[in-house]
Amino acid sequence: MDALFAQLFAGLSLGSVLLLAALGLALTFGQMGVINMAHGEFMMAGAYTAFVVQSVVGDAGLSLFVSLPAGFLVGGALGVLLEATLLRRMYHRPLDTLLVTWGVALILQQLARDIFGAPNVEVRAPGWLSGNVDLGLLQVSSARLFIIVLSVAAVVGLGVLLKTSPLGRRIRGTVQSRDLAETVGVSTRATDRMTFFIGSGLAGVAGVALTLLGSTGPTLGTNYIVDAFLVVVAGGIGQIKGCVIAAFGLGTLQAAFEYSTTASLAKVAVLVVVVVFLQARPQGIFSVKTRSLV
Amino acid sequence: MTPIVRRHGATLAGFAAVAVALFAVAPSVLSTFRLSLLGQFVCFAMVAVGIGLAWGRGGMLTLGQGVYFGLGAYVMAMHMKLDDAGPGGVPDFMQLYGNGEVPLWWEPFRSPVITLVAVAAIPAAVAFVLGWAIFRRGVRGAYFAILSQALAAAFAILLIGQQATTGGTNGLNGFRSFFGYDLFDPVNKRMLFFIASGALLLMLLAAWQLYRSRYGELLVAVRDQEQRVRFLGYDPALVKTVAYVIAAVMAGIGGALFVPIAGIVSPDDVGVVPSIGFLIGVAIGGRATLFGPALGALIVAWAETSLSESFPSMWTYFQGVLFVVVVAFLPRGFASVSALWRRRPTPATEPAPQRQEATV
Repeated sequence: MDALFAQLFAGLSLGSVLLLAALGLALTFGQMGVINMAHGEFMMAGAYTAFVVQSVVGDAGLSLFVSLPAGFLVGGALGVLLEATLLRRMYHRPLDTLLVTWGVALILQQLARDIFGAPNVEVRAPGWLSGNVDLGLLQVSSARLFIIVLSVAAVVGLGVLLKTSPLGRRIRGTVQSRDLAETVGVSTRATDRMTFFIGSGLAGVAGVALTLLGSTGPTLGTNYIVDAFLVVVAGGIGQIKGCVIAAFGLGTLQAAFEYSTTASLAKVAVLVVVVVFLQARPQGIFSVKTRSLV
Repeated sequence: MTPIVRRHGATLAGFAAVAVALFAVAPSVLSTFRLSLLGQFVCFAMVAVGIGLAWGRGGMLTLGQGVYFGLGAYVMAMHMKLDDAGPGGVPDFMQLYGNGEVPLWWEPFRSPVITLVAVAAIPAAVAFVLGWAIFRRGVRGAYFAILSQALAAAFAILLIGQQATTGGTNGLNGFRSFFGYDLFDPVNKRMLFFIASGALLLMLLAAWQLYRSRYGELLVAVRDQEQRVRFLGYDPALVKTVAYVIAAVMAGIGGALFVPIAGIVSPDDVGVVPSIGFLIGVAIGGRATLFGPALGALIVAWAETSLSESFPSMWTYFQGVLFVVVVAFLPRGFASVSALWRRRPTPATEPAPQRQEATV
């Protein structure tokens, strides 16, 4: 019984990390069809932001709460920069955005290597996040619990923003029909830029969260980007709930496979599950209903 | 002049130029070491020819060609390891990391015939299963790209995880002979280069004939207007799968010839990063042209080696900038530069702009 709960928690924890990494991707991919390979490097930038903030602030608890908004801003700023300089020109070529952003990712990685050095750096977690919490049924790592809470908060925050705010209405309108949104006076250009800011900012927050789980290196992003994209593909584009279900589903699966086999076999098994799943639902769990073919 | 020379003079001249460059010029001006290096690049160029077919002509952005390269490479490496160990022998690294026994799935590769077949058949089989499963359900565009990339990630992780049977991060290395030929003999090194060059030429010829065939027309049609091709009664999934399988076979053969030339294959050669790395040469050369992908791959590999020899960190910046500049501003690679110069578009090879759809 304990093992079962431990497994469930491991799955939830992995899922929450995947969710944080994938949420921003789902947003930008869903709205603009842009495949942002540099998303992982925005996470890496967020993680290094936490490192810089901590070296300035010192106190681990305070620096975490400064880092979270700072990481959001750094990630968002990088995203807006990328959107304004490059992606703006290539919305009609979604596959090419993948390669262009990969080039940007390479540059950002090498920049990190040149600025912070190739070895990983450590960000100290605050005292209240370094131990375990007793949940009655099992002991869980408080850092992992914090990330679960953070991912839930990010989803709720994004959901509220999309459902209630004027910006959210514009974003949803643009996702559903770019042409119609333009027709009724929505500046889809400006909306795209805000979406990219928020999506990339979420990557920065994810990066700050990852510093609680391990050390930070220039290749931090590459370790997560592939899994994050799998979540987006499995979840279906344009809707957050698909992303949430896919993230926790894949996280739980991965943890379960890891328990019964090895970590490397689990990765392969999860990929096979996604391919088989796409046989049943080629558009992912949820998709925007269209009358288009296929 | 015979009709074929009249109609395809430029292409035939291109083949002649490639042949002269690889078989006459390179061996006479390059040292044995540099020639081996060029041999490795020629193997990458084979992968590039396949990518040109799948991506340039077929519109399938495959980010996982490293997997097929790796499958071919590991099959060949396993055979060479077993060959070096002698009949019934156990490869050295298995005694170090494993239990000193050859696992059952290694045994078939003792046979040279099975190895040579498997070099092409295993990548083909994997590509067929995956391609058919994905394309039959209309999964395409970005979804396909992401799945192929996940495949590359999973493959590399799998190889690293199984140190006792795949050599883990070290990969397989320390080969002494290639089908009985001593790998340290310069004559044999030269022979390997010629084999690789011959294979590349054959692949280019095959690609040329494919592009000229009805199938080649169909593939371009599927790339540009998949639905219309479907309405005409063809099965786009089959058309795409065939191109994907051929690309995988080319990558597999490239991998198999890479191993004896380079003397090593490791997960670093097959993962996400090298798989995307294959694409930049193709993009530079012009993804839908015949010679462009191979030429681009050779140039990029050569630039990488010479740049990273002198400025290790510069190469990464340079590669990143190349991706950005070439893909964003020169989508047809060098071909777009020459087209600007001639002020004449080349319609057959120009990919139609991708329309943004809800299903991307």
